[in-house]
Amino acid sequence: MSSQDIPEDKHLPSEQGDAHHGAVAVADDPFADPGLPVHKPRIQDIDERAAKRSERTVAMLFTLSMLATVGFIASYVSIPVDKIIYVFPIGKVSALNFALGLTLGVALFCIGAGAVHWARTLMSDVEVADDRHEIAAPADVKAKVMQDFADGANESGIARRPLIRNTMLGALALVPLSGVMLLRDLGPLPEKKLRKTVWSKGKLIINQNTMEPLRPEDVLVGSLTFAMPEGLEEDQHDFQVQIAKAALMLVRIKPEDIKDKQELEWSHEGIVAYSKICTHVGCPISLYEQQTHHVLCPCHQSTFDLSDGARVIFGPAGHALPQLRIGVNDEGFLEALGDFEEPVGPAFWERG
Amino acid sequence: MSTATTTERKAPRGERVADWADGRLGIYSLAKANMRKIFPDHWSFMLGEICLYSFIIIILTGVYLTLFFHPSMNEVVYHGSYVPMQGVQMSEAFASTLDISFDVRGGLLIRQIHHWSALIFVAAMVVHMMRVFFTGAFRKPREVNWIFGFLLLVLGMFTGFTGYSLPDDLLSGTGVRFMEGAILSVPIVGTYLSFFLFGGEFPGGDFVARFYSIHILLLPGIMLGLLVAHLILVFYHKHTQFAGPGKTNNNVVGMPLLPVYMAKAGGFFFLVFGVIAAIAALASINPIWALGPYRPDHVSTGAQPDWYMGMPEGLIRAMPGWEINLWGHTLVLGVFIPLLLFPLVLGAIAVWPFIESWVTGDKREHHILDRPRNVPTRTAFGVAWIAEYIVLLIGGGNDMFAQYFHLSINSITWFVRIGFFVVPVLAFIVTKRICLGLQRRDHDKVLHGRETGIIKRLPHGEFIEVHEPLPQGKLHTLTSHEQYKPIELGPTVDENGVERKVTRGEKLRAKLSKGLYAEGNQIPKPTAEEYKEIQSGHGHH
Amino acid sequence: MKKLSARRRHPLAAVVVLLFALAVTGGLYAAFAPAGKAQADETAQSLAIEEGKKLYAVGCASCHGTGGQGSSDGPSLVGVGSAAVDFQVSTGRMPAQQPGAQVPKKRNIYSQAQIDQLAAYIASLGAGPITPTEKQYDPAGADIAAGGELFRNNCAQCHNFTGEGGALTNGKYAPNLEGVEPKHIYEAMLTGPQNMPSFPDSTMPEKQKKDIIAYLQNVNGEKSVSPGGLKLGGLGPVSEGLFGWIFGLGALIAVAVWVAAHTAVWVAAHTAKAKKS
Repeated sequence: MSSQDIPEDKHLPSEQGDAHHGAVAVADDPFADPGLPVHKPRIQDIDERAAKRSERTVAMLFTLSMLATVGFIASYVSIPVDKIIYVFPIGKVSALNFALGLTLGVALFCIGAGAVHWARTLMSDVEVADDRHEIAAPADVKAKVMQDFADGANESGIARRPLIRNTMLGALALVPLSGVMLLRDLGPLPEKKLRKTVWSKGKLIINQNTMEPLRPEDVLVGSLTFAMPEGLEEDQHDFQVQIAKAALMLVRIKPEDIKDKQELEWSHEGIVAYSKICTHVGCPISLYEQQTHHVLCPCHQSTFDLSDGARVIFGPAGHALPQLRIGVNDEGFLEALGDFEEPVGPAFWERG
Repeated sequence: MSTATTTERKAPRGERVADWADGRLGIYSLAKANMRKIFPDHWSFMLGEICLYSFIIIILTGVYLTLFFHPSMNEVVYHGSYVPMQGVQMSEAFASTLDISFDVRGGLLIRQIHHWSALIFVAAMVVHMMRVFFTGAFRKPREVNWIFGFLLLVLGMFTGFTGYSLPDDLLSGTGVRFMEGAILSVPIVGTYLSFFLFGGEFPGGDFVARFYSIHILLLPGIMLGLLVAHLILVFYHKHTQFAGPGKTNNNVVGMPLLPVYMAKAGGFFFLVFGVIAAIAALASINPIWALGPYRPDHVSTGAQPDWYMGMPEGLIRAMPGWEINLWGHTLVLGVFIPLLLFPLVLGAIAVWPFIESWVTGDKREHHILDRPRNVPTRTAFGVAWIAEYIVLLIGGGNDMFAQYFHLSINSITWFVRIGFFVVPVLAFIVTKRICLGLQRRDHDKVLHGRETGIIKRLPHGEFIEVHEPLPQGKLHTLTSHEQYKPIELGPTVDENGVERKVTRGEKLRAKLSKGLYAEGNQIPKPTAEEYKEIQSGHGHH
Repeated sequence: MKKLSARRRHPLAAVVVLLFALAVTGGLYAAFAPAGKAQADETAQSLAIEEGKKLYAVGCASCHGTGGQGSSDGPSLVGVGSAAVDFQVSTGRMPAQQPGAQVPKKRNIYSQAQIDQLAAYIASLGAGPITPTEKQYDPAGADIAAGGELFRNNCAQCHNFTGEGGALTNGKYAPNLEGVEPKHIYEAMLTGPQNMPSFPDSTMPEKQKKDIIAYLQNVNGEKSVSPGGLKLGGLGPVSEGLFGWIFGLGALIAVAVWVAAHTAVWVAAHTAKAKKS
């Protein structure tokens, strides 16, 4: 900071705590430091009986701790791990957890309480003062260090031989790159992976409860159904990755209540299928209010209007939920008419 | 053979062991400097100990948990003893956490101790930090230690977050999903970062194992190093103390490490461990069996992070959904701005000591603590920061507050949006007023003595309250604080008529200095002259 | 008086005054807060003797219209079915007391016979879900684990992992499911009361509803256990955080105060007291 022009010390208070207040100064200055107060004895310092009492208390605490440890071991071997007991007012709890925790707690607490009680009542409580010394080294030490450093640097010749210095710095700067390089295989490149889901034209819409394909007549007005694409199996190795994008919710809204033209077009008799993954940061959004047609995200409260193209009406989400275009196949089952037209889930730089 | 050994008495066994160690480790010199080191006694000086001890408890219990936990995302079907999960498909991480909770004797207790200590650890760090802040203990020579402490807090938060995510339960998985969304929002590199972190698309099969190594090795390793450095510096600097009779900037008053402090501090470790063990016996924490395994298409309401991540959660919940689409790219401001604000809000408290020392230009060492009231602007800033933090915590739990106080989520969110800007300002103003009021009270107490509450009727009928003069020790305590004067920029033209250039930095500094120390921002402390004058005109008041 | 004035300087005086002020405010609030319960009881008295349509005309028609066609104050009841009537009336939600974000559960004022009469009347207006029989909703022998999976997929998003309830938009909420009778849970899933979506048999068969009821009874009922100790509301990290701060850190700070307190001070006070007496 360039503040040499500002008179540095004018606004600093004079050094306080000079520590050398003599008796004369005290008489002169009503606020002077009277020095450490006289030590007040404790009852244990005066009365040996009280001291004995303290001794017994400390010993009792340590003994209690020993007993508690015995209790811990006894609980461990005698209480079955699945035993449930009712403890008022906590409720029905694991007997083992309760017993182990309390005995361990008592065993530990009593050691601490004993030690502290000992320190508080029987060890000396005379306050003493210890001098401090400035952290910064005195000038001669500093001068010696600077000289040593200059000598060492000179002997190395680093200043005289810039070629060595520069190549060394270069080498040291480059070598961590190998470490960075090695991180490359932490994961594959994104490519278009976030843009695609397993939905495609003709895929049946499977009810996640029954694992059967849905028919339009199954989906009633006011109901909520979660679905996934045909062919996605729970024991499939990439199930979690795929369901993270493909999860779907279906509701049926009276066609005359649908305000968005495209939404109506992409629906089937008022059955609309939206991505269940919030466009904010990807929580499965599904708190559907059947009278208002709002869905709320339980994570950050983004609210979407399913009767109006699932546009955002509250909260931190930046864009509407993607809609899946659906229709009915020859056998009367609901089917997807393609993949989502835009990436599902949270927005990202390449989303566009 | 030295002849000395033959003439020496036979040393007791303990001494011989110590001699052996001294010959190799130099322990006597070490002990000479430290064995009777003085530590001042004050409850607020033990907050840091709570942090230290809960950290040790976390390490002890954490090591135990690693013996049973499987950091793997391989899907298995559960066949353990918890009935409502039998036959459910889940990751090995989740299944092994269930096993720890239901099949390992004492496993549930250790899990609960681990988690409770983690919550208490971070909470104690915040309280410890605020103690240091409000008493000005961060001033020279302790700035480096302040930074170490702050880093420990930040690392503690992330260690907590990664640990909370390990069981791969539905709640923590939702948190990890949020993290993925937040990383995706980073312009240009976000998508790549996310793919590298998760080994591909979310959730992939890698993050539990990766978080595991971060949680049990990388972060705690760094923290352990910082912690040791933090403690060495505490020893090296010697502890600060509050002003009082006999306590000066050049001494430290208290009791010696051996035996009193050792018994108290050592005992306190057991007390902390005992209390946390009892809490773990009585109160359930993170019952993952009730939450279920993570599936990216499942969720529960009340999806929350642990409390220390509630602040960023509040930021993200209160943020409006801004999103800019340009030239085929998306700038997700609705997520990215909170992501930036998170370190800014957190860091605001960390940089204050450096701003303050720049403004005061004070290069001296300070070992006597400030009373918060005597530094109104700093105290007000600290309270404003806490107020901001609390507003964001409320934002992070807006659904819980809505549910339990029968309020509307939307109204709470709006409260947080406005409160984010307004509440800290109000807190600042109110705190400053309170500090100045308290300073005035001290001023009056010094000059007029303590109000005794005894009403006396004078012969001519007047009622007065008897004021009792303070003892000298108290007078000293109440007047020993320093008061800076604001910096003056001085004339911009020197005596020779040459114009001096006043840099923008200097102007800012002078302005800040005024804000901190100008009249109206602190009450001048009574002088000895004032005191003598009033005391000589005694009996009047 | 002298004592009081001496004590008002006591450091705890402010706390005492604050507590007093809080108690007074709370008392005043309790005294003046609207007491709606008595009213409901009264209506109960006058309604108890009516039946069927007469019951409807008195209790429901003002909002739902004389023929159940609905009005601006209440939706049409044509086709809601007897299950919806049974749910709404026997959980006390209907008749509603006052408009608001959501009609809350309260004490039911009808007998089961009266409810059945009402339900028969509404069912006659148009076909809808029929009140389930015990065989349909009795959870005995149902698959708890399957119920848990179904619950997490279909219900937890609003009602929380273990059915503790949660907030919805603009003051609406999903209620806590603790202690809700199996029949009512079944009916709620079947009919979708208020803003809750329905889960009809076509998408969630009877057996699955039973599984869900069994799961709920296991995790949030009389029989449910909390192995780890206090459940803290079953709300997750927010209540855990509060507990950790208040009882965890609070207890530790209290201990710290004890550890650091100077013994000489209170001993001096004690001896002074002892001398006096």
